[in-house]
Amino acid sequence: MREPASVSTMLTQRVADWRDTVATILVWSSALLITAVFLWILGDLLLRGLPHLSFEFLFDTPMDAGRAGGIASILVSTLVILLVCMTVSIPLGIGTAVLLAEFSRHNHFFGRGVRVSLDVLAGVPSIVFGLFGNAFFSLYLGMGFSILSGGLTLACMVLPLLIRSTETALRAVPDDFRRAAAALGLPAITTLWRILLPAAAPGVIAGLVLGIGRALAETAALLYTSGYVDRMPGSLLDSGRSLSIHIYDLAMNVPGAEGNASASALVLILLLLIINVLTFRLVDGWLHQRITPH
Amino acid sequence: MTDSCDSSTLRPWAQRQACCPTFEPCIEVLDLTVAYDGKTALHRVSLDISRGCITAIVGPSGCGKSSFLSTLNRLSDLTPTCQVSGSVRIEGQEIVGQELNLITLRRQVGMIFQKPNPFPLSIHENLAFPLRHHGMNDRQRREEEIEKVLSRVGLWEEVKDRLHAPALGLSGGQQQRLCLARALLLSPRILLLDEPCSALDPLASAVVEDLIASLRGDYTVVIVTHNLAQAKRIADYVAMFWQVDGAGTVIEHGSAGTLFDSPADPITAAYIAGARG
Ligand SMILES: Nc1ncnc2c1ncn2[C@@H]1O[C@H](COP(=O)(O)OP(=O)(O)OP(=O)(O)O)[C@@H](O)[C@H]1O
Ligand SMILES: [Mg+2]
Repeated sequence: MREPASVSTMLTQRVADWRDTVATILVWSSALLITAVFLWILGDLLLRGLPHLSFEFLFDTPMDAGRAGGIASILVSTLVILLVCMTVSIPLGIGTAVLLAEFSRHNHFFGRGVRVSLDVLAGVPSIVFGLFGNAFFSLYLGMGFSILSGGLTLACMVLPLLIRSTETALRAVPDDFRRAAAALGLPAITTLWRILLPAAAPGVIAGLVLGIGRALAETAALLYTSGYVDRMPGSLLDSGRSLSIHIYDLAMNVPGAEGNASASALVLILLLLIINVLTFRLVDGWLHQRITPH
Repeated sequence: MTDSCDSSTLRPWAQRQACCPTFEPCIEVLDLTVAYDGKTALHRVSLDISRGCITAIVGPSGCGKSSFLSTLNRLSDLTPTCQVSGSVRIEGQEIVGQELNLITLRRQVGMIFQKPNPFPLSIHENLAFPLRHHGMNDRQRREEEIEKVLSRVGLWEEVKDRLHAPALGLSGGQQQRLCLARALLLSPRILLLDEPCSALDPLASAVVEDLIASLRGDYTVVIVTHNLAQAKRIADYVAMFWQVDGAGTVIEHGSAGTLFDSPADPITAAYIAGARG
């Protein structure tokens, strides 16, 4: 009786060991794989792009369809599109999130409807936003192919992201603060501004950074809205080419511009990093100032 | 405030009746009923609370003590499903079921919660912010008031060198005293305390308890406590809440001496005896 039992326990022991080993290998190899892919992309970009990256590259306008010259006008267009997108989407997004989280009942049908629509919108492919932006901003509102039209289209695209992350962050702030503030006779709006939003700031920043990332990386939604004219934009109503469209164009349509495409991609990644760090710094500073003014 | 009421010498509860010799109603509650989503939590509570005294509310969990407190400063408004009916008069002014200035009411009726809840701001800002908001713009005066109130709760010596450090870095007991300071700063006349010591260790709890006892005479204090020994030590009046037919109500109410010495209600007697053993 004892023999078979001990054999079977040994067997299960072995199977467990074996499973453990496989799991360990799987976990490690997938982690390594992801790191490797990232390093490969970065290395490839650095290898191809770095030789083309120079001071002039950043401050010259593109020439010969982008084979020569730099990306000055592209950078300006990109930043202005981003600026339009953020000036519209940040106040609108935070405002909507505040309305959903603080001033509408948890189960109210209106709030539920808005939430479901937002979740659907967040999953809509960007090309659909592009078509909508083209139909609505460019044609119907007569903005044409312009930075304004592109920025507004991007705003529509990142709004769901911003609203949902801000709302989640606000809901995660403990009710203790709301009750403490109400018991002190502080109005809801003061509580929101001084206590709740600063407490929710980390979540809001996370949404913001994601939104900026999505906006910067966008090509499809901009193709039909801000267009791809690579001249230096003179106003918000001029067409302007964003960095990601420039990269796409150089890589796909302009033979002999692969080096500049890689250099532009490198700039895009650096820009993303800089903006992220800056966002954290800014909001962090604001937060700190809220905690201890003077 | 009379001499015999000096709170630094805590007398046995039976003798302390001298502190609140005459019963002057400050809060008059009549037929107060509270329901959540149609489910009655508190049924027809009538209770008068005497000015300048400490009234303890005792009773088992879930019998509506917190719900009762939250009607006294209309904090129940924050819970959309909460319906309140009946009458609560504070200094003669009806506060249930009518439009009134909630800000004035809540400045008059301060509240401390079970879990210390300082804002995620600095210690100083926790006090300065509500003060500024309520219109004290003179910085000099504000600083004086803050020092005064921090001294009153015995926190000044402990925090005067780190006023600008985050309040959430304080210990639980210190946080609770800061919350008390924050409430006192708005010069309320009534203080509602919902189990203010139950999240604290025995030492911190004793400090806060002494502090509450020292409020007698200057404030009308209503304190919910699960700690009968604490009620005996500090209360002038005691109201016993109990669940009857699924809804909480007051089954006995009177001076601490009477209620603890010779409870009229057998349930009260059993509860007190049980808690003693
Ligand atoms: N926000 C709410 N929504 C629904 N029901 C609630 C709510 N708050 C309290 N109740 C119910 O009301 C009743 C009384 O609750 P309350 O918190 O007032 O009791 P309590 O005496 O303070 O209890 P404890 O001693 O545990 O703090 C309970 O049955 C509780 O489930
Ligand atoms: Mg309670």
